[in-house]
Amino acid sequence: MSAITSPLFKDNARAALADRQLQRALSEVPLGLAARRGAARAGLPEFEALREIGRDIKNHTLAHLDLYLEEFERKATAAGSTVHFAPTAEDARQIIADICRSAGARVVTKGKSMISEEIGLNACLEAAGVEVAETDLGEYLIQLRGETPSHIIAPAIHLTQDQVEADFRRLHTGLAADRQLVEPSQLVAEARQILRSRFLAADVGITGANFLIAETGSSVIVTNEGNGDLTQSLPKVHIVLASIEKMVPTLEDVSTLVRLLARSATGQEISTYTTFSTGPRRAGDPDGPQACHVVILDNGRSELLGTEFREVLRCIRCGACMNHCPVYTAIGGHAYGWVYPGPIGSVLTPALIGVRKAGHLPNASTFCGRCEEVCPMKIPLPGLMRHWREEEFAAGGTPLTYRLGLAVWAAAAKRPRLYHALVRILMPVLATLGRRAGVFRRLPVARGWTRHRDFAAPQGRTFQAQWAEHKAGVPR
Amino acid sequence: MTTPAGRRESVIAKIRLGLGANDSAARRAEVAERLARPTAQLVPERAKQPADERRRQLRTYLEGQSATFIEVENADDVPTAVGRYLRSANLPLRVRVGDDPYLSKLAWQSEPALERRNGRAHGDDEVGLSRAAAAVAETGTLVMASGADNPVTLNYLPETHIVVVEEGSLVGGYEEAWERIRARFGRRAMPRTVNFVSGPSRTADIGGQLVMGAHGPRRLCVILVRS
Repeated sequence: MSAITSPLFKDNARAALADRQLQRALSEVPLGLAARRGAARAGLPEFEALREIGRDIKNHTLAHLDLYLEEFERKATAAGSTVHFAPTAEDARQIIADICRSAGARVVTKGKSMISEEIGLNACLEAAGVEVAETDLGEYLIQLRGETPSHIIAPAIHLTQDQVEADFRRLHTGLAADRQLVEPSQLVAEARQILRSRFLAADVGITGANFLIAETGSSVIVTNEGNGDLTQSLPKVHIVLASIEKMVPTLEDVSTLVRLLARSATGQEISTYTTFSTGPRRAGDPDGPQACHVVILDNGRSELLGTEFREVLRCIRCGACMNHCPVYTAIGGHAYGWVYPGPIGSVLTPALIGVRKAGHLPNASTFCGRCEEVCPMKIPLPGLMRHWREEEFAAGGTPLTYRLGLAVWAAAAKRPRLYHALVRILMPVLATLGRRAGVFRRLPVARGWTRHRDFAAPQGRTFQAQWAEHKAGVPR
Repeated sequence: MTTPAGRRESVIAKIRLGLGANDSAARRAEVAERLARPTAQLVPERAKQPADERRRQLRTYLEGQSATFIEVENADDVPTAVGRYLRSANLPLRVRVGDDPYLSKLAWQSEPALERRNGRAHGDDEVGLSRAAAAVAETGTLVMASGADNPVTLNYLPETHIVVVEEGSLVGGYEEAWERIRARFGRRAMPRTVNFVSGPSRTADIGGQLVMGAHGPRRLCVILVRS
């Protein structure tokens, strides 16, 4: 698994806010994606109705997940695939390493797969002596830098063009030093040339899956680059790595989800390539892999089925929640400290690595509710974050000062007379102290607040007092 | 638990435990029913348009995604259209093409300079020529079914991909395209790959700017045959 820095979320966030390169990179792209989603949604009048249907499809599938997985296995096996079940990340790594070993693999190409990040697949294969080439351009850029994705669909969203140019000059050493790398098209052309040689050299190609289809035993990937297709069509072995919740019943069901996915993700009507793969090449086919393996990962997801967190398993990984999140767009994805950032990460990460380590994440939300508003699967993300806050509190993960503060506040709030008496005393004091500036730049007990923003001074009287006067008919 | 069967049982058992469910006949029947009779859910209005509008949609969406769109009256015009396109794009008059009988029978004698190489694509092929199994108007999407007739590598390896679409295979929405695939390959069956292609390859991974030709074709040319 990739190193977990979620417990250091506060430090990560502080560093991210001070990182000028990162802030420059974040200033446009997520907001651009959000704007394009808005336009795509406006262009399809049925969009909101499709969200409800999409949610129902996933709810139905999750409620029958054991049976659909068995059907998928039956159909995929009939089509010539080998289906492997992996209860844990370790199982999945071992299964894939074994397949690569028996294929005699020296070079493995990879399409984009968040699950492969979750299970730390690259490090495992590299330790086994295999060269792993990420082929999604964004994934390639971060592989060069030894980084992890900072967004689930735009993994290198935190990088500026200048950083990419510097990396290419530093690491693509076989090329002329005075070559032009000014335009993005020149950078893309260079990456294309280098990765083309990897595609043609690969012995095994590994892709993720956006969906698994029980009707036909097919797996589906969605890309704009076509990298996932070269990854799976050229080598002799194709491995699909998917988690249990990618299942959908039929091609009709997947059609509904396809209508939602790209519009929510990038604002495209549909991604450039949507590929349905079923088994290895058929008799008479001149190309395609000779063997196909599907590795189905659980890694803690089945434990969510019996809890309120089942709803998070509807996620189709479009990234809309993070593009619309005021916290994500301020600090980027790395601050979240593990594989899945943004609101979906704040719900999923505690489930996968434990609330002890990831307790900060569900707290990193203003509860503005935009993530739930835009989620194509209607996942109640703020509500689920609130559940995690409760669990964290119950598990004793909340810091002592915070708990004490809450206890004091609760003691007053549960006694309305005491509360009103205290407020009646406190308000005029604060109003008098803050009268000149109208705000407090510094407050002794609320430095966490005033370090970054002013605290508005009360105007003098409490709402309760004003309301009582209003009811008594006193003119304002 | 390290055997494949043990791992499988463990995953399925944990799911059943989480769901509080068993493999009862009622649950099985519900699943079997849904798989036996796949049902279109909400099909958007834009996927239910008459033929003229479908043609316009296909062209508009594909051109909007930077594809070239050419309409010809009948199949005999295809070789000339291919030759003209290759010359206009300054490309060699050489295409890689599979065994598709429709493409093989076209009037290639009208383009004697055009060389056709048969088979799957290789790294040095510059132009691929394929025939779409269907095309979907609602998003301007070509549906490619892999096989010896239209090898999958033609769709991705060459820098230029030319796709012939017969108007009879132009449908409104994705669900209709699946009916075409089922009619050809059988129920609950698929070729090795079905590729939905909606434009040339692209990426916005560097600085958020759109660039064509990330890994797959830089150019996509669609030739719609009216009859």
